Amino acid sequence: MVTQNVVYRPGSLEEAYRLRTDTGALPLAGGTDLMVRYRKTAGLVPDPGRPVLFIGHLKDLRRVEERAEEVRIGSCTTYTELLSQKAVPEILKRCITLLASPPIRNRGTVGGNICNSSPAGDTLPVLHALECSLVLGNIRGERTVPIDRFITGPGENALSEDEILKEIVIPKAAFSGWCYRKIGTRRANALAKISFAGLYLIESGEVHDIRIAIGAVAPTVVRSREIEKTIIRIPRTSLQRSTVEMAARYRPLIRPITDQRSTTGYRAGVTLVLIEQFLTAVLQKKG
Amino acid sequence: MKIKFTVNGRPETVDTDPMRRLLDVLRDDFGFLGVKEGCGEGECGACSVLVNGEIVFSCITPVGTVEGSEILTIEGYRNTERYRAIEAAMEEAGGVQCGFCTPGFVLAAEALLRKNPHPSEDEIREGISGNLCRCTGYSGIVEGIKKAAESEGVW
Repeated sequence: MVTQNVVYRPGSLEEAYRLRTDTGALPLAGGTDLMVRYRKTAGLVPDPGRPVLFIGHLKDLRRVEERAEEVRIGSCTTYTELLSQKAVPEILKRCITLLASPPIRNRGTVGGNICNSSPAGDTLPVLHALECSLVLGNIRGERTVPIDRFITGPGENALSEDEILKEIVIPKAAFSGWCYRKIGTRRANALAKISFAGLYLIESGEVHDIRIAIGAVAPTVVRSREIEKTIIRIPRTSLQRSTVEMAARYRPLIRPITDQRSTTGYRAGVTLVLIEQFLTAVLQKKG
Repeated sequence: MKIKFTVNGRPETVDTDPMRRLLDVLRDDFGFLGVKEGCGEGECGACSVLVNGEIVFSCITPVGTVEGSEILTIEGYRNTERYRAIEAAMEEAGGVQCGFCTPGFVLAAEALLRKNPHPSEDEIREGISGNLCRCTGYSGIVEGIKKAAESEGVW
């Protein structure tokens, strides 16, 4: 006996919230992760084992809005759509051009990447470094949660059974430069062994802001404001000699696993090199 | 759920499980067998179709999400002048061997050239980076797309 999936295709965000509350249906935007996760033998219908809520078509979730202090990205905006938006930070665009392949980028969404909460989610270190917050909505209202408190473990996050991720809020901040690196087996369609996002602001020869976020080397994205603080406002001349030492401070935080993509040793070793290279590049910048 | 869309220019309505893969609907319900299943998980591009002019993997697209969209498979595309330009260029460049991946590559080429009629080699390789070919080694395909782009007045 073949049972049909129960699927809802709401006409509005309001209706989506109501359906989510009433049925606990699983939100599906582009489906690029969920269709693989729930796939069956060729020809059979993917079956998540629970109702499904299509949200990818909702206009309210598919928009980019630039405000004075922030950029707000609708959760179902596709990667391809983000690439054409001026307001989207360059580091995120760079990350997207290295993410999967054009057909995936035409369907996949940044909201999906966040809610999938994979340790290897490509956009996650970038969104952590940009200090994004997430607007979670339900039938009663909205709440805003910083991304580092939203994702709690591999595949785990703070989204309640009646909520939908509505928007990603990127606060505007001044940076002198950025760095995004992805270590993968091939350029297209690779899942990251390590992904690295770095942002920095240099003024009058001093590092005024530096943010380092690393993906796929721990259950959630690694970022340490404590270590970053030890770099900020220290005259660069006294930092120059010790980039290897500074990178080594991250060692206890780097806790990668060995899986089909890479090994603990490789991931840990290369991560420290990426941090060290970033710090060296920052300290050599004029400013 | 009733789902309406156009396939190769014809308005259609299917009454089916919205989580069915677009791939299966195109092959089993409509008989468009040029849409191939390779990996079934969005890695190989053999199932590529155009949805509203953008290249998409039909094996990971639930049919219910293409409501109201225009879908183009190789069967619809082959009646166009652009297809004939790509066909001729691929033949000349030796861009086809076993042919299983070819419909996907041709549609990837169309998706690229309609946005960017004069792509660099890097842009061509980027444009077909979602498609795998296990025969040609890609050089013939890249060459074919370059030649197709040179066809006067087609793009």
